[in-house]
Amino acid sequence: MLGVFDETLDAAFPVYDRESLIARLKAALPDDGLLAAPEALRVYECDGLAAYRAVPAFVALPRTSEEVRGVLLACRDLKVPVVARGAGTGLSGGALPFPGCVLLSLSRMDKILKLDPQARTARVQPGVRNLAISEAAEPHGLFYAPDPSSQAACSLGGNIAENAGGVHCLKYGLTVNNIAALEIVTLDGEVMELGGEALDTPGFDLMALMTGSEGLLGVVTEATVRLLPRPACAKALLAAFADVRHAGEAVARLIAAGIVPAGLEMMDQLAIQAAETYCQAGYPTDAKAILICELDGEQADIAHELLTVAAHFREAGAYDVRVSRDEAERLRFWAGRKAAFPAMGRLAPDYYCMDGTIPRGRLADVLEEIGRLSAEHHLPVANVFHAGDGNLHPLILYDAAREGQLERSEALGGAILELCVAAGGTITGEHGVGREKINQMCVQFSDAELAAFAALKAAFDPAGLLNPGKAVPTLARCAEFGAMHVHRGGLRFAHLDRL
Amino acid sequence: MPTSTGSDRTEDLAEAVREAAEARRPLAIKGLGSKAFYGRSIRGTELDVSGHAGVIDYEPSELVITARAGTPLADIEALLAERSQMLAFEPPDLGDGGSLGGMVASGLAGPRRPFAGAVRDFVLGVRVLDGRGQALRFGGTVFKNVAGFDAFRLMAGALGCLGVLLEVSLRVSPRPEHEVSLAFEEDWKASRARLAEIWGAPTPLSGAFHDGERLHLRFSGAETAVRRTAERLGGDPSPPSHWEDVRHMRLPIFRAPRLWRLSLPRTGEPAPLPGEQAIDWAGSQRWLSTAAPAETIRDAARAAGGHASLFCGAQPGEEVFEPLPAPLFALHRRVKRALDPAGVFNPGRMYEGL
Repeated sequence: MLGVFDETLDAAFPVYDRESLIARLKAALPDDGLLAAPEALRVYECDGLAAYRAVPAFVALPRTSEEVRGVLLACRDLKVPVVARGAGTGLSGGALPFPGCVLLSLSRMDKILKLDPQARTARVQPGVRNLAISEAAEPHGLFYAPDPSSQAACSLGGNIAENAGGVHCLKYGLTVNNIAALEIVTLDGEVMELGGEALDTPGFDLMALMTGSEGLLGVVTEATVRLLPRPACAKALLAAFADVRHAGEAVARLIAAGIVPAGLEMMDQLAIQAAETYCQAGYPTDAKAILICELDGEQADIAHELLTVAAHFREAGAYDVRVSRDEAERLRFWAGRKAAFPAMGRLAPDYYCMDGTIPRGRLADVLEEIGRLSAEHHLPVANVFHAGDGNLHPLILYDAAREGQLERSEALGGAILELCVAAGGTITGEHGVGREKINQMCVQFSDAELAAFAALKAAFDPAGLLNPGKAVPTLARCAEFGAMHVHRGGLRFAHLDRL
Repeated sequence: MPTSTGSDRTEDLAEAVREAAEARRPLAIKGLGSKAFYGRSIRGTELDVSGHAGVIDYEPSELVITARAGTPLADIEALLAERSQMLAFEPPDLGDGGSLGGMVASGLAGPRRPFAGAVRDFVLGVRVLDGRGQALRFGGTVFKNVAGFDAFRLMAGALGCLGVLLEVSLRVSPRPEHEVSLAFEEDWKASRARLAEIWGAPTPLSGAFHDGERLHLRFSGAETAVRRTAERLGGDPSPPSHWEDVRHMRLPIFRAPRLWRLSLPRTGEPAPLPGEQAIDWAGSQRWLSTAAPAETIRDAARAAGGHASLFCGAQPGEEVFEPLPAPLFALHRRVKRALDPAGVFNPGRMYEGL
């Protein structure tokens, strides 16, 4: 059971003296900076992956890098595991506490320290909300490009920990491509600046290594992000297909033709119908798949490119292609896509959101296979995803109150992740491994590769106290997982051509 | 599937690494040798990766190419050009042509870098030999991938100190539909003001180089955006070939026997330094031919918020790159030891003791 920290499979959980820890944490933090009351701790028992819950021993709420440093040194000296947490919107259980650990919440470090429109950068604290950066940049005609769907709530520190993406990353890149510098504090209390405002820094690119490291290497206490000028104009196009295969073909044609849209999203029939019921976006509910394609730039260029896109989509088999006539219609096209997750809430009491990436050319094959797995596990799956970069978000619908459904959803989810690996992709495109996908790391990586990750972690955190049991499985866990995992007499998904 | 000449030499290379690690004998990793001058001079048994070559996979609609590290960069670029694609970071060809592995290890990029991204932004995955001679795969062939630490990005610019690159998957980009080059006869001060104005708006800028007398600008992208920007700015037409000379470092300044590279924030202006200077990356990268003492140059770069490296012409034993603060250097050593426990990969090429 992944919700439970397992000493034999994750890491030895150190025994420490609670009173000594309280004394050290109180010394490091302001009066209101330490939570220990059970009802206060309960708030922090899970992140956006609510299926797994545990109450931490303490919650530390620092406001400065120095306070973070004090907490980390206390934890190092007394050998207490530390789990860093941003806004708690993560979907892979990366900020899931384990009993006995200190949860380090960065939510009070939420200031934009400096915004320099000339340099097009902003220096911010990790708890600042993603959208707050773009809001602060707006008067200067600038924005911060990565836009995960939780951007109104999620924090930049969490975005860095997960290397978050969003709907526009095909054109504008991931978090790692949009940050310039990080201030980090290591478990040993060293404060270091990685990266800088110049376009490169001497030495190894440790800023890139920190990005996406899921709180295992250090704690980000400040970041410099790059801002981009807002495009002059944006338009969206909605295309309906009678066959998912045709929609996949349309995506490949577009990219091969040299068009890099600002966004390119696909929804399958179940997702289309759910979204339409929820918010009446005007989607064609008879379509097996729709594509939403957004282009931005100069108005005349977009008008020209839209014609090209529409022609490619029609050649690939689109039976209905609509271009947004005005801003209201563009937003309506997106409304259904953005409401896809809450819309699922109307179809089932619970849903489980997956996050694999596959080569674009395998879209149709993988969707068909997901359909087969869905039938096999007796749970419906709706597909909503970033088609432009092959990042799938299959949503498994289930009811946790019904016997066996949670377990079945976990099994189906695991099978979908392994399918993504077999198709030449990865188990996670933007949500992170966290606790959720820790077993599937054993499928994607060899023991030697996992040992290299463990060695890199040890270079930053030799005692292994930063977010143990997440992101990188122990070899003991993989041995156990491999033994349990029946490969049905051979390689799973052997019928798919491997790349 | 396209293939170019070359073969899989993984086993031979792995065996050589295992032997070196056992004997604790340093290896000097070599691709096609075009950047042998770059970094500190080191002693070590040469590990020649050039025979480990060939394109493994290229699928234009996936925007990704995977090739063995010894593959000549020219082969890759020719293949991409056939499908109107390119490496957007414009890696330089410094002489007789370099290899894919050398390109990633050096991390050098051309004039489009500030607008398109660095080498590390386009590396999607690598297969690499670690210091035990094990072939490890980090990353993959897809753009969005957050499984495991991004050890593949770490290889870009690491000068071979962390492993022997075997294969690299790169994200490729469509060639821009339109491109216009302009020149403005003005000093750098005037150019700075001009660039500050351009920078604030969504213009399709893809090159900004000042040669000491003239500012050269390049715009790439959709037709109207490029044409309108060019019309608005005026200036004189400039030959597109100029950008090839900047990219491949063929201008007179690059023949300097001792050439410094200053990497600065775009808005940082260093104190005046003696010697001849050319400014690329809209001010973020400056090339300086000077005999001034190293400390003078490093101090000026630091004061402007950046760093200086001695791109070529270092004396044996002379530091090339900006020294790191002690805690950061200690972390570098631990990171190296994690992947190369016996310290066999290019020891000292980046820093003494690394």
